[in-house]
Amino acid sequence: MLAFLVQRISQALLVMFVISLISFSIQDGLGDPLQQMVGQSVSEAEREKIREELGLNDSFVVQYLRFAGQAVQGDLGTSYFYGKPTLEVIFEHLPATLELVIGASLIIGFLSVPIGVYAAIRPRAWLSKFFMGISTVGISIPVFLTAIVLIQLFSIGVTVNWFPPETGWGSWLNGLFSTEGGMPSYGRGDGLVHLFGTWHSGFFSSDGLRHLTLPAISLASIMLPLFIRLIRAEMMEVLQSDYIRYAQAKGLAPHRIHFLHALKNTMLPVITVGGVQLGIMVAYTILTETVFQWPGVGLMFLEAITRSDIPLIVSYLMVVGLIFVVTNTVVDLVYGLVNPTVKLTGKKA
Amino acid sequence: MKKLLTAFVGSLALASAPVAISAEATQSLKLAYDADPVTLDIHEQLSGGILQLSHMTFDPLLRWSNDLTFEPRLAKSWERIDENTMRFTLREGVTFHSGNALTSEDVRFTFERLKQSPDFKAIFKPFSELKVVDETTFDLITSEPYPLLLNAATYIFPMDKAFYSGNDKDGNAKAAISKQGSTFASRNQSGTGPFKVTSRQQGVKVEFERFADYWDTASPGNVGKISLTPIKENNTRVSALLSGGVDFIAPVPPTDLERIKNNPETSLVTMSGTRIILFHMNQKRFEPFQDVRVRQAVAYAINQEGIAAKIMKGFATPAAQLSPAGYQGHNDSLATRFDVAKAQALMKEAGYEDGFTITMMAPNNRYVNDDKIAQAVAAMLARINIKVDLKTLPKAQYWPEFDDRAADMMMIGWHADTEDSANFYEFLTMCPNSETGTGQYNAGNYCNPETDAMVDQANVETDLDKRAALLQDVEKRLYDDAAFVPLHWQDLAWASKGSVKIEPILNVMNFPYLGDLVVE
Repeated sequence: MLAFLVQRISQALLVMFVISLISFSIQDGLGDPLQQMVGQSVSEAEREKIREELGLNDSFVVQYLRFAGQAVQGDLGTSYFYGKPTLEVIFEHLPATLELVIGASLIIGFLSVPIGVYAAIRPRAWLSKFFMGISTVGISIPVFLTAIVLIQLFSIGVTVNWFPPETGWGSWLNGLFSTEGGMPSYGRGDGLVHLFGTWHSGFFSSDGLRHLTLPAISLASIMLPLFIRLIRAEMMEVLQSDYIRYAQAKGLAPHRIHFLHALKNTMLPVITVGGVQLGIMVAYTILTETVFQWPGVGLMFLEAITRSDIPLIVSYLMVVGLIFVVTNTVVDLVYGLVNPTVKLTGKKA
Repeated sequence: MKKLLTAFVGSLALASAPVAISAEATQSLKLAYDADPVTLDIHEQLSGGILQLSHMTFDPLLRWSNDLTFEPRLAKSWERIDENTMRFTLREGVTFHSGNALTSEDVRFTFERLKQSPDFKAIFKPFSELKVVDETTFDLITSEPYPLLLNAATYIFPMDKAFYSGNDKDGNAKAAISKQGSTFASRNQSGTGPFKVTSRQQGVKVEFERFADYWDTASPGNVGKISLTPIKENNTRVSALLSGGVDFIAPVPPTDLERIKNNPETSLVTMSGTRIILFHMNQKRFEPFQDVRVRQAVAYAINQEGIAAKIMKGFATPAAQLSPAGYQGHNDSLATRFDVAKAQALMKEAGYEDGFTITMMAPNNRYVNDDKIAQAVAAMLARINIKVDLKTLPKAQYWPEFDDRAADMMMIGWHADTEDSANFYEFLTMCPNSETGTGQYNAGNYCNPETDAMVDQANVETDLDKRAALLQDVEKRLYDDAAFVPLHWQDLAWASKGSVKIEPILNVMNFPYLGDLVVE
């Protein structure tokens, strides 16, 4: 266990070192940060002075060593735009992203397991076919389109006039297909509750939850079909295995077989994939956050790129690298708990 | 109507008896711009966002009115006492948010700070000093006669000297201006403006509250609270307005103009802007551009009207010169000159009937539809056998390329900080000179000592009629010489809920005077 953790921590350090080196070496391609910091009519001489003050004229090696020297002391630099230490900026934006990811994960968890299991047990039921059809459509629609459609339907509202409004059935059908709108389409709202540190949560007020709804649904929409299909496929395979047949022959109640014995083995690969996808989801939030002006790290990163805020870009990439390593480590640990035959360090059982 | 009448009567009564208006300012406004102010220090960066903030939390000595004339604000009046000196009289009874009273000393402090600011010092270069005469009188002195003295004075937003003096708790000077890290002034404000910042989360939200002791009791404004949310994504900003999440948005993307105009619950205001979009033809990189006939051929080949109508969807004013209407240098006789046959004839005359290949670069996220415009220009040039190798880049990568003059034709948009024609020539067409800083953005390397001398002359000409004649002549010569290819002036657009009366407070500089905003 200890050896495993030490191994992972050293891996994390290596990953972060490599990321910092790569992102530092491409910074010339990221544009000139000064362009974003001064007005257009500022003279070249004045620019040169500021460039010198910021240390942008030093050679790559000097700049990297200065950065690395501060980094080992926990200081990843100061954001040009925010004028604050980059880690502070990231931690201010991280709670918003984590809440979005948690919201989306809850939606995925509560929907994918029952639907997936149902589709595996009754593969020929029309409801299963319906869900499978929907998930095929869902997996092929890009997230920003989902987001824009959701905003149009539930924030702005749609008035339908397809049917003759003077007849009773016509106005009823029109009303059925029209939507009211009114859901918040941007930001996190005013009802944030302060938890600790930089964490202001939207989970504890109705306004906060309303703001979370549409972004969480859009973010969930990419992963949900994948998980439904994964659970269905795994479950169908497990249901073919000998121990399930034996249990059936023994006359166990079907729900005991499905949910106690079969589901447990189904979840093994799901956990692995889920952990990796969780990390990817943090990256996917860039699109969702942009469309909904969600003030998380994804939006922050995208704006940092347009502003050539190099210290913030480098720090973000390092933090995301760290998140990937941490989620993978946690996944491995959980995997060990679910399936005791797996040994962490790969030694023989 | 009744409401309007009471407001009117109310303001009359208030004008005669100065009572705090804040009791009436009960409306709240939710505002969404494409970005929020990068700092609270109004001298740290010269940008549209910072000037918009300045007009909310500070007041200038004088400001531009809708018809491009000057309107007195903190300066009650001004008079020229000699060739180089303008004497200003300050309004009495003006207090800062801190409670300190405004005096000439505050103005002097502000003036000196402006001269220290890397972004603003260029505007105040012609000024030698600001001399305090007494508590409410001061002289603004230039080193030589300067016709744009009042234009520059619109940039003087007096800051609270007592508030910004001394050191903060870390021992740094409160008045310090820095681009890196945070300073006292970048986090704290004390101005005389209609609003105070009550909370600020950068990139997320800024909240303002009306200043109870605001001096302008005659202002019809009745907004008590403003929350400003930056929404960068065009679609999201428009959706926020349509769904009722915000009350006022700017800018409005051209694709959504119709939708907002046709919506009974929203109103749209558009205006012809002053930002010119143009292409330079680099004579240093590409020799044929040294031939005036080739440059003219390019100018004749471009259909500005077509670009404005098709690509900009009517959201631009086709341009044949740099100065927009209303500027001194605007020359009415210059018209767009799209004529492919003429362009082909000129190419033939210059000996390039078979054409040539050039490189072109344009940004793809800086100006409205910038990449599409570049593609259209490339297609138009193909008709006179100029093959264009086009590359479009995000602005962060584009500007370093621009500084390197990395292509034969490069796009740039320019807005004159001084709201004056000379500024265009100084940056875009004068001979590049790193000593004097002229021609800093002249990516065509066009150099005409004759017109340069005329601009220099105009810069010290205080007779406005003579000056206008000079500048218009410069504009004509540049046109005849095809010094660059002008495309259009980008229009401006704002949209609001029907109850928010934005029209009277908007202007071509894009500084909404939110203090005077009326919400019904």
